[in-house]
Amino acid sequence: MIEMPLLSVESLNKTFGRQVACRDVSFELWPGEVLGIVGESGSGKSTLLNAIAGRLSVDSGKVLYRTATGQITDLISASDAQRRHLMRTEWGFVQQHARDGLRMGFSAGANIGERLMAIGQKHYGNLRDTALDWMQAVEISPERIDDLPRTFSGGMQQRLQIARNLVTHPRIVLMDEPTGGLDVSVQARLLDLLRRLVQEHNVAVIVVTHDLGVARLLAHRLMVMRRGEVVEAGLTDQLLDDPQHAYTQLLVSSVLSV
Amino acid sequence: MSSLQQSYQTTATLDGYNFGFLDEQTKRMLRRAILKAVAIPGYQVPFGSREMPLPYGWGTGGMQVTAAVIGGNDILKVIDQGADDTTNAVSIRRFFVRMTGVATTEKTREATLIQTRHRVPETPLSEGQILVYQVPIPEPLRWLEPRETETRKMHALSEYGVMHVKLYEDIAQHGHISTAYDYPVLVNGRYLMRCSPIPKFDTPKLHMNGALQLFGAGREKRIYAVPPYTDVKPLDFEDHPFEIERWPEDCALCGAGDSFLDEVILDDRGGRMFVCSDTDYCGERRAAGHVGKMSAPYKEEAAE
Amino acid sequence: MSQEMIRVENLGKTFTLHLRGGIALPVLRDTSLSVAAGECVTLHGPSGAGKSTLLRSIYGNYRPQQGRILITHDGHPTDIVGAIPRVVLDIRRRTLGYVTQFLRVIPRVGTLDIVAEPLLARGAPAEHARTRAAELLSRLQIPEKMWNLPPATFSGGEQQRINIARGFCADYPILLLDEPTASLDDRNRKIVIELVDDARRRGTAIVAIVHDADTRAAITTRLLPMEAVGVAA
Repeated sequence: MIEMPLLSVESLNKTFGRQVACRDVSFELWPGEVLGIVGESGSGKSTLLNAIAGRLSVDSGKVLYRTATGQITDLISASDAQRRHLMRTEWGFVQQHARDGLRMGFSAGANIGERLMAIGQKHYGNLRDTALDWMQAVEISPERIDDLPRTFSGGMQQRLQIARNLVTHPRIVLMDEPTGGLDVSVQARLLDLLRRLVQEHNVAVIVVTHDLGVARLLAHRLMVMRRGEVVEAGLTDQLLDDPQHAYTQLLVSSVLSV
Repeated sequence: MSSLQQSYQTTATLDGYNFGFLDEQTKRMLRRAILKAVAIPGYQVPFGSREMPLPYGWGTGGMQVTAAVIGGNDILKVIDQGADDTTNAVSIRRFFVRMTGVATTEKTREATLIQTRHRVPETPLSEGQILVYQVPIPEPLRWLEPRETETRKMHALSEYGVMHVKLYEDIAQHGHISTAYDYPVLVNGRYLMRCSPIPKFDTPKLHMNGALQLFGAGREKRIYAVPPYTDVKPLDFEDHPFEIERWPEDCALCGAGDSFLDEVILDDRGGRMFVCSDTDYCGERRAAGHVGKMSAPYKEEAAE
Repeated sequence: MSQEMIRVENLGKTFTLHLRGGIALPVLRDTSLSVAAGECVTLHGPSGAGKSTLLRSIYGNYRPQQGRILITHDGHPTDIVGAIPRVVLDIRRRTLGYVTQFLRVIPRVGTLDIVAEPLLARGAPAEHARTRAAELLSRLQIPEKMWNLPPATFSGGEQQRINIARGFCADYPILLLDEPTASLDDRNRKIVIELVDDARRRGTAIVAIVHDADTRAAITTRLLPMEAVGVAA
C-alpha cells in the first residue's frame, strides 16, 4: 500500500490585503480519493480551490503535483505554460456556474471536443464520436450534440461541463459547488453521475461545498474550513458522526434532515 | 546630402511633403517593426500607427507599410478586390504618385511593389516583389477570445485548440468549413495568422511564395509578415481537408478556369456571367488571344 | 487457538458538546475486549452503556481519546485509533464490515447495486458482485421486482434486510452488527440468524448489539456486559 500521493499541498497561505483567506493549509490527496472541503461563506474554501488550480496567486506555500510521468511539479512555481497545459489535460475544473466553464456560443459537441482539439486531435469524425459517447455517459440526449448550451437546463449544462472536463481523462478534478443552485431532483441526478464517474475513472476529486449532504455522498474525507483555517479533518463519517471541533459540531447540528 | 536623399530629390513629390508622406523617423520605426515581423513569420508586431489622410478601415495600415518600403525606383501597383480601377485603388495609387513620384503599372509582372485589398494577384509573384496586404482585424482568435491579454498568451503558448473548435462548429452546423475568406493559417509551423479578407481561393498562394508578403493593420496597429518561401498551412481536419472554391463556368471574357471569378448579374431574368476578379490577369489572357464565351476579340486600349 | 481479530485496550471516549457550553459526556472508560475468529461477542447492557459507541469506535467511525483498537488486517494488528484515513478505508474495504441499524439510502441507486457495492469496491468483477447480491436478496426474501428500485420508499424491515444483504455480500473477516434483526418478523429473523451463524462458522469474528433475547441467544458465543461509563473486561 505504499502509494505516492497525487497532490501534496504544503502550508498554503493567501491573504487579500489584511483579509486572511487561507492560513497554513496543508493536505494530501491520493488517486481515486474524493476530498470535500466544507464550510460556510467566507471560510476560504473557494479561494483554496482556486489557489490550488493556479487561478489565484498565493503568498506562500507549495502545491506539489505528481504528473502522469511521475514527475513532481510545484504548481505555484511552475511556468504559465506548464500550468495551463496541465489544467487542460491532467486536471479538470468544474465551475459552480456552468456558463463560466463552458463556451456558451458553441455547440455541446464543440464544448466536449475542445480539450481534445487543444492536444492535437484533428479528426472531425472521431471527435464527434467521442463527444457522443460522453454525452451518453452524462445522460444528455445525443441528438443535442449540435445544440447550444444556452438551450440546456441548468442540470444539463452542469453535466456538459463535467463531460467537457473528463474527456481527457484527468487525474484530478476540482469542483466548486457543483450542485449549487440546482433543484433537488436535478442535484440528485448530478451527484449520482459524479459518484459513478469518479469510481469508474478513478479520478481524484476535491469538491468544495457548503452542503453536508453532498459531502456525505461524494467525499471519502473532509476538511472543515472556518475563516481561512482548517479546523478539523478526517474521514467523512468521522467528521459528520463524531465532530470534535466546536465549529464542526455547529455545522452538523445545523443541517435539516428530511 | 547622401545619395539616398539625392535620389529622393530627383523624383517629383508634392510640395511640402516628405517622400512617401511619412517622416523619416516614422518610416524607420515601421521598418524596424517590419524587420521584426519578417524575423518571426506570422507574429503580430505592434507599431505606432500614424494618422493617414483617410480614415481607419480604408487601408491605412497597408499604406503605412507601403510608405515605409517604397523607394524612388519602385514600380507600384495598387488593386482592390483584384481590380486596378476601383475608386480605392485609384485613390491610393494617386496618393503615392503624389507623395513619391514613382512609376505605376497595372501589370503584376512589371510591379516591384503591390498593395492589395482582399485579393492576391493571379499571376504568380517572383523573388524581389513585395506584396502588401490591407488588414482589418489581425488577430485570428479575436472572435473566440476578446481579451488581448489572453490572445497574446495563447499565441505565446501555441494554444490554438480553440481555432479548431470554430472549424468543428462550422462542419457541425453547415456540413463543411464555412470560412470563405480570411482563412486561418499556421505560418512556419508556429504562429496562427489571418490572411486578411482574401478569399479561401487565394490562401494557397501564400505558401512558398517567392515574394515578400507584408500585412498592415492601421486601426489595430499591427504588422506581420510572411517571408519568401515560408510554409503556410490552412487549418483543417484530417477528414475535412482544406478546399478552394470552384465555379460552374469559366471566365466569360478570357475563358480562364483557374482564377477567382466574380459573378456579374446581367439582367433581371437571372442572367449572369462569371468574370475574372483580377483585371490584369484577364486582360493579359485576352491579349494573348484567349476568349471566353462572352468576349469580343481583345482590342488594344489607350494607356491611361 | 483461533486468531485474535480485534483487541480493544483501555478504550476511553468522552463526547464534548461545545454547543452546550462544552459539557463532557464520558461514555467509555477503560474498556477492553478481545474477539477471536469464529466468535460472536454480543455487547449487552442498558441504553447509554456505550454499546454503539464501542461498535462505532471499532469501525473507526467514532474517535476515542484514550486506548487502542487493534484490528488484524492482512495478518498484522493495526491500530485503528488515530490511523490515517487511507488505512481506515482500506480496513473497511477488505477486513471490517459493519451492518448499521439504518440503511443509508443514496438517491437513484437501485437495491441490487447498493448490496453489490462492497464487493465492487474491492475490485470484484461486476457480474460476480451482482450475482452474489442477487443470491443474498433472494435468501432474505426481497422480491426480484424490487431489485432495481432505490430503497428509499421501502418499509423499515425491507431496508433492514437490504442492509444486511449488503453487509454479508463481501466476505469480511470481521463483522460488526448493530441490531441486525430489530425490524424483522419471525421468519426473516431466523434467516438472518442463519446468515450470522454461517459466517461465524466460516471463521468470521463478530461483534453484535442485540436487544432481542432470542436472537441474542441464538448467535452469541460470548456475552460482554456493559454498564454506563466503565465496563468490566
